[in-house]
Amino acid sequence: MRFSDGQLERYSRQIILKEVGVKGQERILASKILIVGAGGLGAPAAMYLAAAGVGTLGLVDCDKVDLSNLQRQIIHSTRDVGKPKIASGRETIRDLNPDVKVVAYQEWVSAANIADIIKDRDYDFIIDATDNFPAKFLINDASVLLRKAFSHAGIIRFQGQTMTYAPDQGPCYRCVFDSPPPADAVPTCRRAGVLGVMGGIIGTIQATEALKYILGRGELLTGRLLTFDALTMNFRHVSLARREGCQVCGANPTIRELIDYEQAACDM
Amino acid sequence: MRLTVNGEKVEIEGSVSVRQLLVSQKVATPEYVTVQLNEEFLNTADFDSTMIKEGDRVEFLYFMGGGQGRNEVQ
Repeated sequence: MRFSDGQLERYSRQIILKEVGVKGQERILASKILIVGAGGLGAPAAMYLAAAGVGTLGLVDCDKVDLSNLQRQIIHSTRDVGKPKIASGRETIRDLNPDVKVVAYQEWVSAANIADIIKDRDYDFIIDATDNFPAKFLINDASVLLRKAFSHAGIIRFQGQTMTYAPDQGPCYRCVFDSPPPADAVPTCRRAGVLGVMGGIIGTIQATEALKYILGRGELLTGRLLTFDALTMNFRHVSLARREGCQVCGANPTIRELIDYEQAACDM
Repeated sequence: MRLTVNGEKVEIEGSVSVRQLLVSQKVATPEYVTVQLNEEFLNTADFDSTMIKEGDRVEFLYFMGGGQGRNEVQ
């Protein structure tokens, strides 16, 4: 692949890194990353990945932009209120970097469509930027079954957590959390609130993991959960072991098909 | 007895089960917390029968959603 002068200049600050170089930039431009959720986590992740030159960015979201989103979902602007999030996201990315092809899926993920979405462009890496547990378990199970790497994250109030799954490299989300909590059992951002920067900090870490995975550089957050408390500025790693009895990635998996769990009624 | 809970040194009196530790540490939703004891996942069914020992490292792992923020009722 030959870079244009514009591309050489645009990506010069990362091409100069020995961990990236011309080869790494070629990999980034050829990469395909799927972001499920164009909200607090997905917005910064999508923007940094677009800026880095990820060639194909899939965006999945069925929602429209609401004024209450703008406190944290920085891919959308005041003029975008009422627009589908994927349309607003695509416009922002187009303005940011015309090298990026955005594939927009205006739908919610479900057991019926997630495998098709992942296979649609044979995405290299998936970012779970969703707000709800049925979607988080669905992304995990689909990634395990299709042998795809993905980044999990969650944020609430001043707290965040993230971990990375890669096939044969440590535990999946279901090793840590066996099954989704009942609807309404754990607090949501809508009810409990979230500081806008939490999506920026944790979503940017997810984008970092995606780039490291594409480049094959550094150590991923596989086998460790990174937790962050903004009030104390404590970042912690919790070492995670694979669970032999995991329903989806264990020695004798019982989950071989995707499951639609009930959505938390208040927030969906 | 001294132990480490989520990276913090904690001192407790007497012998306690994992279930009792969840209560004494004021864990908000104990039925939905994943517990790691010395880096091994513990089954929920074993919370009562598993006793905490001196020097144990306990991690409470919490469900965290957030991120997308849906606006409409599906």
